[in-house]
Amino acid sequence: MTALLSIRDLSVRYRRDGVGALKGVSLHVEAGERLAIIGESGSGKSTLALAVAGLLAKGAVIDGTIEWTIPKSQTSHSFAPLSVLPDISPTRGEIEPSSPLSPISNVVGEMPAAKPPISPLVGEMSGRTEGGAVERQPSHPRDTIPHLGRDIGFVFQDPSSSLDPVMPVGKQIAEVARAHLGLGWPQSMTLAKTLLDRVRLPSPDAVLYAYPHQLSGGQKQRVAIAAAIAAGPKLLIADEATSALDTIVQAEIVALIRRLVAEDGMTLLFISHDIALAATLADRIAVLRHGELIELGETDQILNAPRHAYTRSLLDAHLGLDARPLLDRQGASA
Amino acid sequence: MTVLAVSNLAKRYRRGGKPFAAVDDVSFEIGRAETLALAGPSGSGKSTIARLVLRLIEPDAGRIDFEGADFLALSGAALRARRARLQMVFQDPLAAFNPRATVARVLDDPLRIHNIASRAERPRRIAALLERVGLDASLASRAIHEISGGQRQRVAIARAIATRPSLIVLDEAVSALDVSVRGQILELLLDLQRQERIAYLFISHDLGVIRAVAHRIIVLDSGRVAESGDARAVIANPQSAIGKALVAATPRLTRSRP
Repeated sequence: MTALLSIRDLSVRYRRDGVGALKGVSLHVEAGERLAIIGESGSGKSTLALAVAGLLAKGAVIDGTIEWTIPKSQTSHSFAPLSVLPDISPTRGEIEPSSPLSPISNVVGEMPAAKPPISPLVGEMSGRTEGGAVERQPSHPRDTIPHLGRDIGFVFQDPSSSLDPVMPVGKQIAEVARAHLGLGWPQSMTLAKTLLDRVRLPSPDAVLYAYPHQLSGGQKQRVAIAAAIAAGPKLLIADEATSALDTIVQAEIVALIRRLVAEDGMTLLFISHDIALAATLADRIAVLRHGELIELGETDQILNAPRHAYTRSLLDAHLGLDARPLLDRQGASA
Repeated sequence: MTVLAVSNLAKRYRRGGKPFAAVDDVSFEIGRAETLALAGPSGSGKSTIARLVLRLIEPDAGRIDFEGADFLALSGAALRARRARLQMVFQDPLAAFNPRATVARVLDDPLRIHNIASRAERPRRIAALLERVGLDASLASRAIHEISGGQRQRVAIARAIATRPSLIVLDEAVSALDVSVRGQILELLLDLQRQERIAYLFISHDLGVIRAVAHRIIVLDSGRVAESGDARAVIANPQSAIGKALVAATPRLTRSRP
């Protein structure tokens, strides 16, 4: 397997409190894998997701590198003529300040094989550098770097705040296709309808013109997922995407994500506080705590032979349907 | 002994101009020191029942007997006095409290309003309440927004037990907590129940949590009781369609070596 992205020694500090949200995290995300990032509040799991997507707030101080390897052979989107597909040529370099992704990202083509040197870059999201010790790499054309929306799809926890309340949902999905695939409105709307069907929304023809408030929480999250995958991204990031939903809808959304990731050959970063939920979906699980990567392993190893005591404590704290009820444990000790 | 008896409770709302039943002919009882869980998907009526029982909203039909008295017939001073015996803890204590108030202020209010302790006596009572929920008494001077989520939920529980209630409505009270903190809060609730004989109306979407702490369960679907019974028995062998769906949707941690 090849790494889709390599995160090296990534540290993020939010300036307002100066506390490290991420501390020297290094990991590879393999192309095509489903990697779960789990942790409790303050573990840095969302910061990691936002850093990968280039969505960190302007004041964030970032150290380390995120290196991308974008496959040369693009999986062509069924609706996009080849001429409008993003042209990602094998090239590498730091991202220019105006780019939508973080200045720490590098893009590496699969060929040539030469890997870039790991340069300890210090930057902030505005693109200005700090410390003066940073050498800027020559910048590259926009299309050579991963774009949020085009190469990365992002699904947030709360679909109500990620959707525009006054725009029909079909248009919101079509907008993504228009912006990143260069399609016209009619084509984009046709694609949006197909996507609504793919995320299993009933009567896509009607939903196309529905407003978010007319949909349930689960339906809105399906719309958000349709928008996230509209441009055929290689990486789908789901950040607590099911946490605001009830158990039944959560299971449906997880099943949907699993199916779409398989159908489109996407790589999945699944961010969750719930180790049991993550385990139902992930090939590998990374455990974060207080901004540090505690443990990373195959799902089976993490569940059955956790190396770290903290991972074990998370597993033990899970209240499953086969666990001994606390009522009994209390009664026994009383 | 029955603490709360709810009979044929109904509440209708209008949605898109059409009436729909949020709660439809729901009846149940809770005994002293008993935990009754309300489970069900979003929109099944769990929180509406909680708000009806607390009389935050009024029902369209039905009867609520609390500590043997017709709770819906009470008003004014009689209602306020009885309300001291019926407390609540919600999912997000930050939303329930003034975030800039100190912990002491949050705990002082019920003691003052319900004439439980004199002004001179209250600081000591507050310290005792904090200790009872496993918090250091020095936390009293801290602002609500300064303390952790787990500490805030302990303060919410301290406030709830300040008036010595016989029933606490817990509406998704542990849903927003980290799993490590969640376990501690559930143990605290069980400990208080044993010591003070408090009954809980425990609302949760999480069957794992319900199974850990509840004696009995009511599974709701579209405002109606789909099934009810011993919590473990119902979860082990659900009979209703919604009960089966809830159990099937609960993530399982399949560990070969536990």
